[in-house]
Order: sequence, then structure tokens, then C-alpha cells
Amino acid sequence: MINVRAPTTSSNPRVRLENVSRRQFLRSAAAVTAFAVAAEISGLEPALAYETGGAQMPHGTVNDPHVFVSIDSSGIVSITAHRSEMGTGIRTSLPMVVADELEADWSKVRIVQALADEPRYGNQDTDGSRSMRHFLQPMRQVGAAMRQMLESAAAKQWAVPLSEVQASNHEVLHRPTGRKLTYGELAKAAMDLPTPQLEALKFKPDNAFRYMGHGNVPIYDLFDITVGKAQYGYDVRLPGMTYAVIARPPVVGGKLRSFDAMEALKVPGVVKVLELKVSWAPPAAFSPLGGIAVVATNTWAAIKGREALKVDWEDGENGAYDSAAYRQQMAEAANKPGRVERTQGDFDKAFAGASKVVSAEYYVPHLAQASMEPLVATATIRNGECEVWAPLQYPFGAREAFAKLLELPIDKVKVNVTLLGGGFGRKCQSDFAQEAVLLSKALDGAPVKLAWTREDDLHHAFYHTVTYSRLDAGVDSSGKVIAWRHRSVAPTLFANFKPDPKREQAIELGLGLADVALDIPNVRVETGEAAAMTRIGWFRSVNNIPHAFAVQSFIGEIAEALGKDPKDVLLEIIGPPRKLELDKLGLTDPLWNYGDPYSTYPVDTGRLANVVNLAASRANWGRSLPKGSGLGIAAHRSFLSYVATVVEVGVDSQGKLAIPRVETAIDCGFAVNPERIRSQIEGAAVMGLSNFIGEISFKNGRAEQGNFDNYPVARIDNAPTNVRVHIVPNGSDVPAGGVGEPGVPPFLPALCNAIFAATGKRIRSLPAGDQLRV
Amino acid sequence: MSIEVTINKKSYTVDVPPETPLLWVLRDVIGLTGTKYGCGIAQCGACTVHVGSDAVRSCITAVSDVAKPITTIEGLDVDGNHPVQRAWREERVPQCGYCQAGQIMQAAALLDEIKNPSDQQICDAMVGNICRCGCYQRIQSAVRRASRGI
Ligand code: FES
Ligand code: FES
Repeated sequence: MINVRAPTTSSNPRVRLENVSRRQFLRSAAAVTAFAVAAEISGLEPALAYETGGAQMPHGTVNDPHVFVSIDSSGIVSITAHRSEMGTGIRTSLPMVVADELEADWSKVRIVQALADEPRYGNQDTDGSRSMRHFLQPMRQVGAAMRQMLESAAAKQWAVPLSEVQASNHEVLHRPTGRKLTYGELAKAAMDLPTPQLEALKFKPDNAFRYMGHGNVPIYDLFDITVGKAQYGYDVRLPGMTYAVIARPPVVGGKLRSFDAMEALKVPGVVKVLELKVSWAPPAAFSPLGGIAVVATNTWAAIKGREALKVDWEDGENGAYDSAAYRQQMAEAANKPGRVERTQGDFDKAFAGASKVVSAEYYVPHLAQASMEPLVATATIRNGECEVWAPLQYPFGAREAFAKLLELPIDKVKVNVTLLGGGFGRKCQSDFAQEAVLLSKALDGAPVKLAWTREDDLHHAFYHTVTYSRLDAGVDSSGKVIAWRHRSVAPTLFANFKPDPKREQAIELGLGLADVALDIPNVRVETGEAAAMTRIGWFRSVNNIPHAFAVQSFIGEIAEALGKDPKDVLLEIIGPPRKLELDKLGLTDPLWNYGDPYSTYPVDTGRLANVVNLAASRANWGRSLPKGSGLGIAAHRSFLSYVATVVEVGVDSQGKLAIPRVETAIDCGFAVNPERIRSQIEGAAVMGLSNFIGEISFKNGRAEQGNFDNYPVARIDNAPTNVRVHIVPNGSDVPAGGVGEPGVPPFLPALCNAIFAATGKRIRSLPAGDQLRV
Repeated sequence: MSIEVTINKKSYTVDVPPETPLLWVLRDVIGLTGTKYGCGIAQCGACTVHVGSDAVRSCITAVSDVAKPITTIEGLDVDGNHPVQRAWREERVPQCGYCQAGQIMQAAALLDEIKNPSDQQICDAMVGNICRCGCYQRIQSAVRRASRGI
């Protein structure tokens, strides 16, 4: 067994650290000789290792081939995908890593989706753009170990030295004689072997990769998707199942006063109406909101039944939530001193002595994830065992919640993870699946599918936060920025987990606020107070969206004030190539760094500047454009990857916006699946545009938008469809960064910078609405 | 009330109120779940099927109003090799894939009507289909590719 687990299960965390440094020693000091010998013998490299935050996550990482791989006598290799598939391709990409190291022929690989079982598979919480970052190395270890087991089995069968055999493309070859055994023939003997020690593992050199780095493997579900066979949460069907929807309190924290189900029960197909009792009180984590469930023979009947309900709600405190008034309060908070989160030099003094000052305020509203598949879950309880099928980003957390709700031991709860029709952070919270479990319990364990309508999805999201920022810069007489202050005001998602701290917390500061590379001697970052009056949650890229929007727009504004080229100012502010020294940043809280060690993933300004230059050169930055057209640039490090985007816009005389071209450069370390990286970056531009036009606003505590008619998202007519992606080439020794999220944050400011270049209009407040109209 | 419908060349008798949207008859009553729900108000296109040769939004089409045979994604081609489906795979369009049945049905109806659509015609035909993952660039390429293959 070569499990690497979280320190919580290890008796002494120091031992693990020593192991890491020992492996690093293998790479560095011993690398020259070890590599030369290995290369001579088999072309394989010794165990690679850089430390990631994977081990710090609940249940850490697991790299046991017996857990992830099985081979049958026909040679079919089954590889378990333990992370959730919501469109990033991870269900394909991680097994592809295993297959590559295993020298498996992809056409003989089958993917099995893991149940929610973190003690067995390691962490399954699919968010934070972490899957490849944390599991690239464990999955390479799984594949390499199984390859070596196959080789050992073959050597044993032939009674030849191990050094004479080599696995290649689903066969093991005895080099001196040319004999071959297929993986199917070796399967049983190989799988019966003990797992090699981590130290004994040999990895393929990059130039021997068949799949990694090539992008030649289509997503596993591609065919099924195109023929309507792919199974999403919404598609689960159990014999005898009923369908339910819930009328929930329209205001978070609201309570039921009374209800009348008489008319609802008359709707054909409605079989039952019942109250879903919960005791919702903050901090409520992912608890369901409660309400009235309408159970029917099909979804439509349940929806019609719900429409016929008469319900009287008591709104509670959050009934006062009004976005217009709230914005006013946030603006006030942003215009007075806040809690200092980062301080370098003396901002006040430098700002007072500046020969020119620039100030601006920015606003990014609440947004809803609005994945195309609304929330849904199916549950049944039989013989004291509960089984759930649902599109969950955090399946094990959900399983623990179900066990708690039902007061069952966790081994009596089975959670099947379906495909997710999008997630974007919303499906991390298991409230909807908890509803299904509670409902099945209320129905004596009968199978029931709890469906959310689009209106439910927009009315009861865990919303992207709302952010008001104020930035001030001072410039000296030579035109250098010498003072920078960023005040950020946003309710925190941590209000779900503890008494509302009423300001962004360390993790949120780490999302592109406190960790910004600024080659400026006097810097202050502050947060202002804002109480959460709805449920704030994860939304693809999270606080990086407003932070990057403010910072990168503001750099554009400084360039304008100085009459300089925006790209030049951006590069000046990033400064010379260096790794930011954390102890020089004057941070109040330690930098979160996305939960990964700073030594592996420092803030590297050279890599950031490099993507700026790459995107700019591909966009022919500086070219002259017709009137009404313009280029805008922005760059941002998030989820440990570096992205720069140049957006080209055209704005016509009616104020109609067109985005003819987008050039995005990404440095995400080793690019394991470049084809899916491209698709993520293309999609990030589209979502970036959606963030430009969408808003969830509150009135009387209620979300005012309920469907795509008033919560617009990008469509094919306005979306960027000429997004060119440039991936910085890196070897597998450059730690993999995130991919799913980092493409989003730079898009908005690049777009608004481009609009400014085209029209002279600066959009500081979102949604854009009719600001472009003349 | 008993209503007869023909879906993917098979006939079915369903017993639902006549105003029940075709979408829920397909998904919940008959069990053809390839057709998706995304909005219920003709805003997203996830529920697109063919009635005769027209692309319609099954979420707002009462089952009793359907007078012609219905084709869903499951029945577009027996082997799943309609030129649009092939093009979708060659261009590797899907991300999460949830919207794609509707996208494919919409594109297939477009190409049935206009063999060689211009970019503007593609845009006009596909504008009612939302892809929250943002696959529009590849959708556009795939429709173009399929138009060459038909
Ligand atoms: S579900 Fe029919 S158009 Fe959205
Ligand atoms: S592929 Fe996810 S919504 Fe289109």
C-alpha cells in the first residue's frame, strides 16, 4: 500500500514532511545519476514529487492501484474516476493520466464513476480547480505502479530478470526474445501482486507520453451525449418513483405560517402534499430551507400542484434585503477606513505626496450559477439503508449530511454520482439532495425524485457575492505608481459556517485581492463591513471576478490618466520577474494560496508577465483599429495558474457590442489535456460575457429574477465565438495549476478596457445594462 | 385522457391531461430522458425536439397539440450517426453536455431546411439554445462542418 493520506489520519505530520523533502532530494541531488541510470535501462524517470495541498484536504489523496484500476482477462482496463464531471472533462482526464503511465491502449479503457467514498478514494470535493492539481501525481503513481506489477508478473511467468521486460501499449515485451504477453493474459497475476513502494516507482519521461499533453483523447461520454444516453441527475428513474417539487420560503430564514393544500390536491397527478420541516437557523451550512413538498406522478403535475398551493410565509429579518439600499451601504463602507489586510510602506504619506491621483469605484452584483441542469436528486430508503443519485460536486460531504439527517451510520448511506449538467459551484452545496432524502423519509422510504425548476434555481441559489470596491492610486512626477489602496466590501460565504464575520475572510482575500502582484512601494488593502442577507456561495472563480475586475480596470484607468499604453502600465505594475516574498507583503492573515504550498506554487511575476506578452503579441497589440473598435487587456493569477486576455470589441452607433476576437494565454503548469483546457478557456470567455450582462437583485428579501427571460446569459449571437487559446508549454515537472476557473476573471476587465478603448466609456458598475447606449 | 403520439417511429398512448407539455410526457411518462428541461418557458432550447420536420420547444407544446410524428435525440439516427451528431463529435463540442441534445436537434432542423446556412443563418437558428458552459464557438464550427457533410 502506498496511500498518501491527510495528516489528520497520520500520527505525526512531521514524518510526512520529511518524506516530501526526501523525495525532493531524489529529484535534485540524486537526480543526475538516478536519471542517467534509469534512462539507460528503460527510459523511465524515478519517482517525481512536488508537494501539493492534496494531502491537507479531507481524506487527502490515495494512490493505490488496487483502488483505482482493475484489469480483466480480456484486457479491458477499468479505471475509477473519483471526481465529479460537470463539464471540465476531469472524468476523462484523470483516468487518462492513469492509462498513460499504465501504457494502456485507451480503446480498451472503461471508466467507472466512484461512489461517494473518500476514505477509499481520497478527497472528492470537486471545486477550487483542484482535481488535476492534487491528483495528477497520485494518478501517475497509480498507473506506474500497475504497469510495474504487469511487468513483474510477466518476468515471473517467463522466469527472466525484470530488467529485460517492458510494458508497452497494452502488452509486456521480453526484449531479448521478442515474446509478448497481453495485459489480459497478465491481469490476474499482476493484480495479485503487492503494490510497489512509492520510492520504487518509475515514471515515463514526457517524450514517451501517449495521451498526456496531447489532447488526443475525446471525453469518455462524448458519444452518449450526442445520442441522448448520457445520464444526468435529472435523468434518474427508479421503479415506482414519484416526482416532487417544493415551495420554499422566498426569503432566506423565512418561516411557514400556514398553508392550504386543497386546490393543489385536486390537480390531476398530485398524490400528496406535505410540510418539509427543518429548523433553519444561521449558520446553516448547506441545510435545506424547508417548505411544502408537492408529490406527484410526474414533474409537471408536481409543478402545477405547487402553483395551486396557498402558502403564508413569515419573511424574517432578511425580508429587508434590498439591493439598491444595500449598494448604498456598501459604497459608504468602501469610502471609509476598513480592516487592514495588507500593508507595505506608508500609503497615506505617499498618496498625500503624489503628483497625480487616480480614484475609481466598481460594483459587481450577485450572480447565480444557473447550470443548465437545475438541481435535482433522487432518494430511497429500504431496509434501513438510504441510496441517493444526484449531480453532486461534493458527494462525500453530502453523504455525511444524509447520514446525519437520518441518524444512520455512514455505511448505511450510498451515494451515486451522476453526470452534472454544469455545476459552477452551486452543486457543492447538498441542500437539494438533503431535501430528497428528507422527503423519501417522509414517504416511508419510497423512491422520489426532487426536482428544482429554473425559478427555484434562481430564487434559492447560494449566490455569487456582491462587491463594491474603491481604488486609489498616487503617481509620482516621473509617472510611476507609488501608492495603491484597494478597499473591498463584500458579504462573505463564511456566514454559512460561523457567526457572520461581515467581511471577506482569508480565503476570499486569497482570491485575487491580497495576493496581487504590485511593484508599488506603498500598498494598502482593506476590507469593509457588509452583513450577508442571503446565502452566499461558490460561483466559478468566486471573488476573483470582482477583485480582478476592479484591479485590472483600474490599471486601465491609470494608463488613461497617464496617457500611457495600458499593456505597458500593466507590465510596469507587475514589475520585474520575481517570486513574491510573502513576508514582505505585510499580510494580516497568512496567504491562503488556494490551499497549496507556496513553495510549489509561488506568485511568479515572470509567468504573469509572460502571459501578458503572449496574449498581446497574438492579438497584435497596438494595431490600429477603425473607429468604434478597440482592444483591452487584463491579466490575473488565480487557482495557481496565470491567464492574460486581450478582447477586441466593436461598438456600433446604437451601442450594440460585438466581440470579434479574444486572445487568451494561459500558463497552468503542465498542460495535461490541452484540448479540454482550450474548451474551458473558450467557455470562460462566454461566462465572462454572462457576468457582464447578468444580475440577481433583491427586493423585500426576494431574488427578483426567476428565469432566463430576466436573468440573461450569453447566447450564440452575442457570445465570443472566436476565442484563440495559447497554452504556455511546460514539462510535467512544472506543477499543474487550475484550469476550470482561471479563465473567467480577466475576461470582464479586458472587455471593459476594450470598450473604453473603443468608445471612451468606462463601465465600472455591472451589469452593463444600457450603459453602452448613446 | 388517452392521447396517441408517435415518437421515433413508435406509437404510444398516454393518459395525461391534454395540456401536459410534451417534454414531461417524453421524460417522465415514456422515459425518453435525452430531451432535457432547462427553463420550461421556451427560453433555453434544451427541450428541443422535432415535430414533423420543425424544431419545437417541447416544454411549451401541449401533448394534445402534437399532430405530426415526433423525433427526439434518441431517434435522430438509429446509430447516432446523423451528420450533425458526427460533426458534434469531430469538433468535440460538449462540455457538460446537458444542453447538447437540444442544440443538435435545433441544428439538424436548420440543416434540413437550409443545406448551406450562412453564419448569420446559423446564429439566427441557434440563438434560442443556451449553453451555460459556453460551447458556442464549437457549435458554430460543428454546424458548418455538418452542412458540408449533408
Ligand atoms: S426547457 Fe424548453 S426551452 Fe428551456
Ligand atoms: S455543454 Fe454544458 S450547458 Fe452546454
